[in-house]
Amino acid sequence: MLEIVNLHATVGDREILKGLTLSVKAGEVAAIMGPNGAGKSTLAHVLAGREGYTVTQGSVLFDGQDLLALEPHERAAAGLFLGFQYPVEIPGVSNLLFLRTAMNAQRKLRGEAEISGADFMKRVREEAAVLGLDLEMLKRGVNVGFSGGEKKRNEAFQLGMLMPKFALLDETDSGLDIDALRIVSEGINRFRGPTRAVLLITHYQRLLDHVRPDVVHVLRGGRIIETGGPELALRLEAEGYEGLAA
Amino acid sequence: MTALPTRKLEAWRYADLKAVEALWPPPPARLISVPAGASDAQLLRVDAGGIHDVRVELAPGARLQLVVVITSASYARVQIEAHLRAGADLDLGGVLLGSGDTTIELVTDVRHLEPEATSRQRVRLVLDEQATGNYLGRIAVARDAQLTDAAQSARALVLKRTATANLKPELEIFADDVKCAHGCTVGELDKAALFYLQSRGVPPAEAESLLAQAFVADALDGIADMALREQLDAETRGWLERRT
Ligand SMILES: Nc1ncnc2c1ncn2[C@@H]1O[C@H](COP(=O)(O)OP(=O)(O)OP(=O)(O)O)[C@@H](O)[C@H]1O
Ligand SMILES: [Mg+2]
Repeated sequence: MLEIVNLHATVGDREILKGLTLSVKAGEVAAIMGPNGAGKSTLAHVLAGREGYTVTQGSVLFDGQDLLALEPHERAAAGLFLGFQYPVEIPGVSNLLFLRTAMNAQRKLRGEAEISGADFMKRVREEAAVLGLDLEMLKRGVNVGFSGGEKKRNEAFQLGMLMPKFALLDETDSGLDIDALRIVSEGINRFRGPTRAVLLITHYQRLLDHVRPDVVHVLRGGRIIETGGPELALRLEAEGYEGLAA
Repeated sequence: MTALPTRKLEAWRYADLKAVEALWPPPPARLISVPAGASDAQLLRVDAGGIHDVRVELAPGARLQLVVVITSASYARVQIEAHLRAGADLDLGGVLLGSGDTTIELVTDVRHLEPEATSRQRVRLVLDEQATGNYLGRIAVARDAQLTDAAQSARALVLKRTATANLKPELEIFADDVKCAHGCTVGELDKAALFYLQSRGVPPAEAESLLAQAFVADALDGIADMALREQLDAETRGWLERRT
């Protein structure tokens, strides 16, 4: 589903991604681990198309399409979802207006009909209940006044509402309390399916205890330096990154 | 006011004087007078070029909610002189939306003449392309106007760096027991918020318009008439969506 080959990317005039190659197949849950500053969030931003991140070499195919040729909103409509490490606060734009606008914009670009107000609210109630998000909270500005954990739950809520093909989750587990971690993990597990894929960026084995990955990649110095099964995460937890060749 | 104004006049500093000349002399001031203890709400909607003079007279205990919306594509100016008697209350919301190379301006002169009057001004400007938006807001508190409470907030959102905002608050206070709060800021759209919206599928123009709408909403918040509020929301949304 996602094929990244020899990706080089710069932020400002600094090269952060230095020949990164990675593929994620449909149906797969993959995890990326790696030390602080390795380039994990940079990879996420490059894939989502953030301004200021320049690809200087390499290619990314998403479902056979050249992902890098698409605008950020077109990438979303094509089925890519980025869960932010630091979700943004937007005063004055309610969570629900934001989500409905996003949903309908995606549908429009895919040539689908808009969702009706009633269907939208029905979905909102279902998803919010599952994630323990208060409906009143969702009427407030996007992430405004949300605690760190609530922001992450809101990312999981949006994932559940939008049901993309590919979820790229940048530390969605950080800042969650034990119950919230379980709830969000259940959300990710429900999202799993043969036509979808998940790429989890995480520092913690505890997420991987709940969401068992098929593959674990280690990103360091702007490249994937090792790939293995779930046992690789356990080994990293025990030994750290120092033992791995950079 | 019959002689053509010049740049030397503080209140005309940023005006488009060429356009002013063509519009001169302006029509006589419109008078909004609220009797003692009464309440009124008025909307001034300016969608064509022109100079609009407004004189507000608030008798003791009178209340007025005034909303000014300027979306003219050619030079438009609204100047308001308000006289507040004891315990009167003025609530002024201003929304100025400018694109092209037009200049639009709101000039207010709020005079607290007697004690215990209150005034609040919330003005939001959204400026695109080469537009210029001006807010000159003078608050004058007379010597015996003790316990005056005057608040003023003006914020401009510059969508392109080629647009210009001039925000000039001016306080003239002769009484000593007075509360005057004012703030003026000029800013651009929050890049992180724009990206967040786009990453969820909202196209750039729509994302900008959502953020700009949230930005002007403050100025309309005081409106109690829900139908009017919705109509103004729809008009601002329409304006924001029409821009390319
Ligand atoms: N806007 C920027 N300007 C300059 N350098 C940047 C910018 N953004 C990121 N970097 C640098 O790029 C490197 C990679 O950052 P990135 O956020 O991708 O790391 P990460 O792997 O996600 O780390 P963490 O685990 O701490 O989240 C870091 O050295 C960081 O300082
Ligand atoms: Mg990161």
